[in-house]
Amino acid sequence: MHNFPGVLGDAELWRIVGLSLQVSLSAVAIAMALGLPLGAALAVGRFPGRTALVVALNALMGLPPVVVGLVVYLLLSRAGPLGDLGLLFTPGAMVIAQTILILPIAAALCRQAVEDAWREYEEQLRSLGVDGVRAALTVLWDIRFSLLTAVLAGLGRASAEVGAVMIVGGNIDGVTRVMTTTIALETSKGDLPLALGLGIVLIAIVLALNAAAQGVKEFVQRRFG
Amino acid sequence: MILPLELHDVSFSAGGRQVIGPLSLQIAAGPATIILGANGAGKSLLMRLMHGLLPPQTGRVAWQEPDPRRARRLQAMVFQRPIMLRRSVLANVQYALKVAGIAEPGRTREALAALHEVGLNSLASQPARALSGGEQQRLALARAWALHPEVLFLDEPTASLDPTATREIEAVIRAFDAAGTKIVMATHNLGQARRLGDEVIFLHRGRLVERAPVEQFFAAPRSSEAAAFIKGELPWI
Repeated sequence: MHNFPGVLGDAELWRIVGLSLQVSLSAVAIAMALGLPLGAALAVGRFPGRTALVVALNALMGLPPVVVGLVVYLLLSRAGPLGDLGLLFTPGAMVIAQTILILPIAAALCRQAVEDAWREYEEQLRSLGVDGVRAALTVLWDIRFSLLTAVLAGLGRASAEVGAVMIVGGNIDGVTRVMTTTIALETSKGDLPLALGLGIVLIAIVLALNAAAQGVKEFVQRRFG
Repeated sequence: MILPLELHDVSFSAGGRQVIGPLSLQIAAGPATIILGANGAGKSLLMRLMHGLLPPQTGRVAWQEPDPRRARRLQAMVFQRPIMLRRSVLANVQYALKVAGIAEPGRTREALAALHEVGLNSLASQPARALSGGEQQRLALARAWALHPEVLFLDEPTASLDPTATREIEAVIRAFDAAGTKIVMATHNLGQARRLGDEVIFLHRGRLVERAPVEQFFAAPRSSEAAAFIKGELPWI
């Protein structure tokens, strides 16, 4: 058993914090790299089935983490189609599951932001002879600071979820144990000080990241108008 | 050369209402053409059809250059409300040149020359969105200037500007004209039409009612609609 303030000096606790950040930030980075161009293409493109795709994407923002965990588990399990990769119960599997969870958020929020901006930019850009991928990338780059909201929403979802990482990671001590799974485990074991300490660290990290993001956004908006 | 531009029986409807045409006309190199008409006469729409931002629902818009991308490259358009990218003044002009396929170092040289032409060179490193309305419109003109277009479309470029900014914009438009760029400008400012125009195309409810040299149009309009418009006695106002 731990005592509450003392637990914050615990090396194990900071290892858990480190792995949490590593998994969630990796997932956010991958989901943004895939989701932002996808959202921009969806905003600028006009093709049959686009509306259905937009609705589906918006709906996928509410994907239950345990269901994503289950599906990724089935894919990565020894008998599953991707079982040969040997990823189940590794941080890699956790990154995959969280990426799937965040991707719809990145794409859907980006789609909305680019679509709003596109209404303003379309005539000017088409007049200059810009269309297709270049138009999408130009708008994406121009509203990059507004997209911080999508990044933060994704990060919030990743760092807060427990269901998916629990199922595909297995909450193995020293290997795949992250903040949320530890909190769940220690609470059920009755080690409330460790659970509480981790909870406070988790909230503090999320708050710090959001404050930093807001600071960056305000600075560049003053700089670039 | 992409001029002359020919419109054959062009029409456009929106919301079940015929807003343009059917209308046929030719825009040739040379005289600065002013498109006049009341709000809702179809001035902006006609320019968008000419520039290719909207496809006509019937009829044909034909440049001498059959490849639409190459025809577009030799046109530029300045809108009523300038749209600037969130970058520096200089970078906004460089962007247009980059899209047009102009490589460095010529790109930056051309961009700086264009900013100099409109008197914005001292603001080159400022964020474009921090400029005043008049400065942004001059930047829009610099962006067009850098492209050396054969035709420049202007859609009420001074509608939301004060008299000083309007004079500055008009000076740049005159410079385009002097440099041999064909000016096609929509306005409902009669003074501006007289100051900048050589000929007038007068639209009334989407139809070409009258086309005449500027002096003749204002001194002796042939149509009753144009006469009423000049007098400011429009029946629907």
